[in-house]
Amino acid sequence: MGASAHASTDKYTQFVSRGLGKDLAKKLGLPQPAILRRYEPTAALLTGPVLVEGSSHGAEELAAKLLGWGLDVRRHATPKEKLGAIIIVLDELAHPDELSAPVRSVGASLRDLLPSGRIVTISRPAVDGLEPAVAAARHGVDGIVRSVAKELRAGATANGILLGGGVEPASASAMAALRFFLSGRSAFVDGQFLTAGTPGTLDAVDWERPLAGTVAVVTGAARGIGAAIARTLARDGAQVVAVDVPAAGDHLAAVANEIHGTALQLDITAVDAGQRILDLGFSRYGRLDIVVHNAGITRDKLLANMDAARWDSVIAVNIASQLRMNAAFLADGRFAKGPRIVSVASTSGIAGNRGQSNYAASKAGVIGMVHATAPLLAPSGGAINAVAPGFIETEMTAKIPFATREVARRLNSLSQGGRPEDVAEAIAFFASEAAAGINGNVLRVCGQNLVGQ
Amino acid sequence: MTASNEQSPALTPRTIRPAVVVGGNRIPFSRAGGAYAKASNQDMLTAALDGLVARFGLADELIGEVAAGAVLKHSRDFNLTREAVLGSALAPQTPAYDLQQACATGLETVIGLANKIKLGQIDSAIAGGVDSASDAPIAVSEGLREILLDLNRAKTIGQKLSILARIRPKDLAPDAPSTGEPRTGLSMGEHQALTTAQWKISREAQDKLALASHQNLAAAYGRGFFDDLMTPYRGLAKDSNLRADTSLEKLASLAPVFGKRLGAEATMTAGNSTPLTDGASTVLLASEEWAAAHDLPMLANVIDGEAAAVDFVHGKDGLLMAPVFAVPRLLARNGLTLGDFDFFEIHEAFAGTVLSTLAAWEDEEFGRARLGLDGAFGSIDRSKLNVNGSSLAAGHPFAATGGRLVATLAKMLHEKGSTNDRPARGLISVCAAGGQGVVAILEGR
Repeated sequence: MGASAHASTDKYTQFVSRGLGKDLAKKLGLPQPAILRRYEPTAALLTGPVLVEGSSHGAEELAAKLLGWGLDVRRHATPKEKLGAIIIVLDELAHPDELSAPVRSVGASLRDLLPSGRIVTISRPAVDGLEPAVAAARHGVDGIVRSVAKELRAGATANGILLGGGVEPASASAMAALRFFLSGRSAFVDGQFLTAGTPGTLDAVDWERPLAGTVAVVTGAARGIGAAIARTLARDGAQVVAVDVPAAGDHLAAVANEIHGTALQLDITAVDAGQRILDLGFSRYGRLDIVVHNAGITRDKLLANMDAARWDSVIAVNIASQLRMNAAFLADGRFAKGPRIVSVASTSGIAGNRGQSNYAASKAGVIGMVHATAPLLAPSGGAINAVAPGFIETEMTAKIPFATREVARRLNSLSQGGRPEDVAEAIAFFASEAAAGINGNVLRVCGQNLVGQ
Repeated sequence: MTASNEQSPALTPRTIRPAVVVGGNRIPFSRAGGAYAKASNQDMLTAALDGLVARFGLADELIGEVAAGAVLKHSRDFNLTREAVLGSALAPQTPAYDLQQACATGLETVIGLANKIKLGQIDSAIAGGVDSASDAPIAVSEGLREILLDLNRAKTIGQKLSILARIRPKDLAPDAPSTGEPRTGLSMGEHQALTTAQWKISREAQDKLALASHQNLAAAYGRGFFDDLMTPYRGLAKDSNLRADTSLEKLASLAPVFGKRLGAEATMTAGNSTPLTDGASTVLLASEEWAAAHDLPMLANVIDGEAAAVDFVHGKDGLLMAPVFAVPRLLARNGLTLGDFDFFEIHEAFAGTVLSTLAAWEDEEFGRARLGLDGAFGSIDRSKLNVNGSSLAAGHPFAATGGRLVATLAKMLHEKGSTNDRPARGLISVCAAGGQGVVAILEGR
């Protein structure tokens, strides 16, 4: 990976990653972004042993499952032994007092975590109706993960899994989420939680080509994040229909041909866009399993200066089109067997952004849509989730003035911008069979951006 | 191979099967010197192929054969189509050949490849054409060429120096290509001006046809008709020659450019003549079995084609009037009349060409004397003519026009479906330099 990783990492990151630059950055206290460990289908899941902290029955079962994945599992830390990951199983928490022992024990091992190592907590959500002490203990995990993520160095991340009702640490949906967090797929995901719901089974999962045999549609696939999503889904085995507006057709054709897919020049705001996507998927490939709503536009202006054209076009492309297409998909009986929909939201839709009231409305709208659509898809084994990218290095963000861009890309725990592939990996995970039962989540891919949650 | 004593049974002749149009792709056409000024024929043809491959998910697919051509060709383009295939996303094992029949090149590739499919020689094919009037070849003068060839054969420095000393200033002037007819020295426009005057086609009728072409093409863009027929290229997403806001007044204000020395009033302007254009087009053809096996659409069948040529050198017929003879022969062979068609795609080299063609067909005397009929060949319903615009609006990159016409017509026929208990039917007519013309029939499905 070495050379290519350097080639596409920003110049500052390259400078401080070795030699004189590294020493200089250390002495001056400058940010020291690490070169992140990113997913490759044939690479090992982790670079070192995994320590499973926790004494519950769930922890025992989980450790056994990890052995089945061929991992080098430790139930107790060995002094000075370097670790690829630490998993903290806290599924039986009843009081904040119970946090002390396991969390401090992990703290003693933190210095042994390898570069791009992983901390993953497994706990239960602080839902309504709990005993106050139980809720306090469960929600305490939230603070731990988000703080530890900010303490970690060298590309290491901390994330958490929340177990839904009836889900155990070793249940399929929790294990799928765990594998995502351990792997290089989650390189730019930091300080985040995934909720694992209704468990399925991982028995038949092909981890190297998890999307083999599926047909996926990606909107906005001509460039940037959309092109990366199309490439990543194809790498994972999906047959991809790449969609973009007719005016972007040349870039779209290049992406489609590169991944042996099909290009569909289509304005997604057209009334019949959903039907045309269905028609192409079913006539050309006989099926449609995955829809990725990535297409989006920005028309930034302070609200005081916002005109109707700017506001309306952003709403039309970014959210109204998704609602209309989803209605067409859900009304079509052929799409009903465990469909996966993944929408691209934005950190602007979570934290807001000056000059983006229209964009934030559309992206927050996507999050609302995901929450409301999830229960509609659950009965058929389908799922809808959203990914909210933070600062991603694309052609679009390359146009931001240098100083602003430089600040924006450092304002997160990993001190760097993400890559389009980082967003794509999260989407490919949500689209995979293994992620069955992971429904209604909004996952930030932002390196734990300092704004918002 | 081992010799066998037994006599092998006689080969059964293969039956003819349908050849279908699956779809097409072209790049937007650009007026010469515009967006594609720096693009070569190979660049543009490759781009048109790649867009077609993407539309139908054919990356790394082995196609039976690809045929295309260009009218203005560099010597380096000797294997243009094969080179474009090698540079495209198609499987490198896909064979290809170049064809050239002036402006009929594109349509002739469709007919030739469709015939191979009908005979079972191939199951899939891509027909196409490309032309760049911007990146045109410029040759050295004949005098300089002779000297350079002699120089190449010279052995000693002394010989080389004495050969070089033969170069005169006039030898250094390059030979640029022209659209002049080699045997008459007249440009295509001047030839058409003779025909236009002969058939007494008025300036107003020509301008009206040009206006309809722009309006129809603009309307087709407006309803997204080209969304699955075109892939943008080099920043262009629409034909750059299209003037959606033109009017009869604007067209009437243009000064005549051809036929100014004919005595009669000159009627042909830059507005009712096609401009020099750059562009490329492709059409995917297949057998029904191949299309079905690849789950691809079938828009139309390629029914039949016919070529004709006229003796324009001795002034017997106009340079661009060969289709006038080709169409009656083609229709007679298929038992059809002009009334049996739902769409007519008559290439608008000049508005005068289309109108002279229609006038000849409507002329009693011409029908009897020249076409050997009982009277006039017939007239066509003008509401069926070039309904999505044609070359006057889109432009005319010579060899690329045939592919544009076939893909456009096939889609129109497919949309229309069947009519009067028969499949929708369309006629294509393309005139060409050298007094040639190629015409074809498509039926929708």
